[in-house]
Amino acid sequence: MNASRIVHHRLFWPVVALVALILINTISRPTFLSITVKEGGLYGSLIDILRNSSQLMLVALGMTLVIATRGIDLSVGAVLAVAGAVSLTFIGGSSHPGDLGTVTIAVLLGLAVTLVLGAWNGFLVSVIKIQPIIATLLLMFAGRGIAMLITKGQITTINSPPYAQFASGHLLGLPVAFLVALAVTVLVAVVVRRSALGMLMEAVGVNPEASRLAGVQARGIIWIVYALSGLLAGMSGILYSSNIMAADANNAGLNIELDAILAVVIGGTSLAGGRFSIAGTVVGVLIIQTLTTSITFLGIPPAITPVFKAIVVIAICLTQSQRVRAAIGSRHRRTRQTPTAGGLGTESPIEAEKAATA
Amino acid sequence: MSAESPVQSAGFRGIQTGPVLRRVNAWLPVIATVAILLLMLLAGQLYFGDFVTPRLVSSLFDNNPYLIVLAVGMTFVILTGGIDLSVGSVIAFSGLLGAQLFAAGLPAVVVLPLMVLSGTLIGAVIGIMVAVFDIQPFIASLAGMFLARGLAYVTSLKSLPIKNDGLNWLLGTSWGGGQWYTTPGVVLALLLVALAFWVLHYTRFGRTVYAIGGNEQSARLMGLPVGRTKFLIYVISGTGAGIAGVLFASYTQSGNPLAGLGMELQAIAAVVIGGTILSGGSGYVLGSLAGVLVYGLIQIAITYMSVDSWWTYIVIGVLLLVFVVFQRALSARRRG
Repeated sequence: MNASRIVHHRLFWPVVALVALILINTISRPTFLSITVKEGGLYGSLIDILRNSSQLMLVALGMTLVIATRGIDLSVGAVLAVAGAVSLTFIGGSSHPGDLGTVTIAVLLGLAVTLVLGAWNGFLVSVIKIQPIIATLLLMFAGRGIAMLITKGQITTINSPPYAQFASGHLLGLPVAFLVALAVTVLVAVVVRRSALGMLMEAVGVNPEASRLAGVQARGIIWIVYALSGLLAGMSGILYSSNIMAADANNAGLNIELDAILAVVIGGTSLAGGRFSIAGTVVGVLIIQTLTTSITFLGIPPAITPVFKAIVVIAICLTQSQRVRAAIGSRHRRTRQTPTAGGLGTESPIEAEKAATA
Repeated sequence: MSAESPVQSAGFRGIQTGPVLRRVNAWLPVIATVAILLLMLLAGQLYFGDFVTPRLVSSLFDNNPYLIVLAVGMTFVILTGGIDLSVGSVIAFSGLLGAQLFAAGLPAVVVLPLMVLSGTLIGAVIGIMVAVFDIQPFIASLAGMFLARGLAYVTSLKSLPIKNDGLNWLLGTSWGGGQWYTTPGVVLALLLVALAFWVLHYTRFGRTVYAIGGNEQSARLMGLPVGRTKFLIYVISGTGAGIAGVLFASYTQSGNPLAGLGMELQAIAAVVIGGTILSGGSGYVLGSLAGVLVYGLIQIAITYMSVDSWWTYIVIGVLLLVFVVFQRALSARRRG
């Protein structure tokens, strides 16, 4: 009974995939798990995965909330590029690039701009009522143009030790980038799950009109999630630009929106909205990052990574597909009394409805 | 992505306004696109002087035949309410596959169909995921995108030159005299537009495509072959991407693993500018053609004004905004 509950948990297969990936790496090279201490910081493949996943984690976190409201945010990659462009252009133009104050203002400036861009997406979706995919497609196009406008088409490089700390610094032995992502994730998870906010987001995702009639401020909620998604993409942009110490408007965050959506979906959040799992997204992000790291680690040309990603996507989607589940679990289902319709089960309401009509 | 689609219902309520007006209403976005195209040409003529020449019109088609083909395939997909993100990557895969096969000494008669088939295959994979396993088109085609891009890199990690007369003939030959000219590739692209128009408006399959986009549940209840049609839609889009891959390889005379990066977005943008609504059920393939021309004209105008190329992104973004808000207003008015 308990074993079956674990197997049917929606995070079961993603976690199995993650463990399998780590096992494959460890078997092929036992050094994979080793962690060394150097100059007060921890180093090793696992630490690398944690540090490198921080950018995707921040973006995927925002994406999770947007998808929960039945939306999508394609603009995050471009917004990420804008954040880097704004912050680095400010630092590059200041007379004291190494000054802590300059860096603080630069970061706040970058985040403020991305908050505005996110709010703009929210405005288009909630007030003008444009489909989310199109509303954010606009900024996906224009955002890179804006970033290039800010950097004047150049790749702005800077030399600012405090700014570099975001990506390469260590605190208590752990990478700063990881700590930033961790803190933000925990903060968002607590705020969203300890207050009614998360439930309201899901309500908007299930049925925007019904939730509005029920007194939910759907417009405000949608506005908040897009603004937050923009802000988180901005934070990710700061980490990215700090990592390479350059604002690259063309390549910063390229295709990160796709990876983020992928991470969210792997984590069991349905694109149909109405339900989300931040823990699932964390697992999804770790799977994607571990996959990327393993490929380099195993000596496969990194360019071929997309093939493996495709295999993972197809495999995970198939395990979530009703038809496959029905085929595998038909014996199981019959012994249970009723399919868990609505709130309790792992299925989203729409999937449950489909199962009921099937 | 969203279940909310104002125009679906608007189509039915439009009946009150009578058949003729309803037709005009449905074509309004396309008419608007063509009007914008003409306005841009007029503005260019006034601003630059000698702008609208036979040469410009010819090059407008000649610059983007592969985008026209992509937009045709994408129109089918978007009309059913789906999306196909894989087409840009298919261009890279198909081009590199061609480059390797040509390098192996195979003739164009064999290689070109295989290049097209590579796209068909990717499309079929996406189609099965969407139609059989009910995976969301966005995610299924995302998998297709990763698959095609990865396969391109498996085929070759770096760019490969192609030297083949058959392939070069497609875009290398110039037909016509003096300023008016066209290439076999452009003619092929326009023939595909005509074919798509016929399929969408004069066949049962075409009606089913619109019906699925209008309301999939109703289409199913009416006994229409929803699953088969959805599968075929992605096969069509994939095949189109394969053909676009051939044209792109002919254009660049090479296969490149980075080819077609972001081109799926250009195709989607062209389709949206052409008046097709992303939730499906409403739009015309001729609009998509107009959308590609608007896109091409913006690129040419930006080159003419010799401002930096990133302005293209911003202008396209603004134009998309204008169109989307316009469509939104249109559907709100119809509903009211």
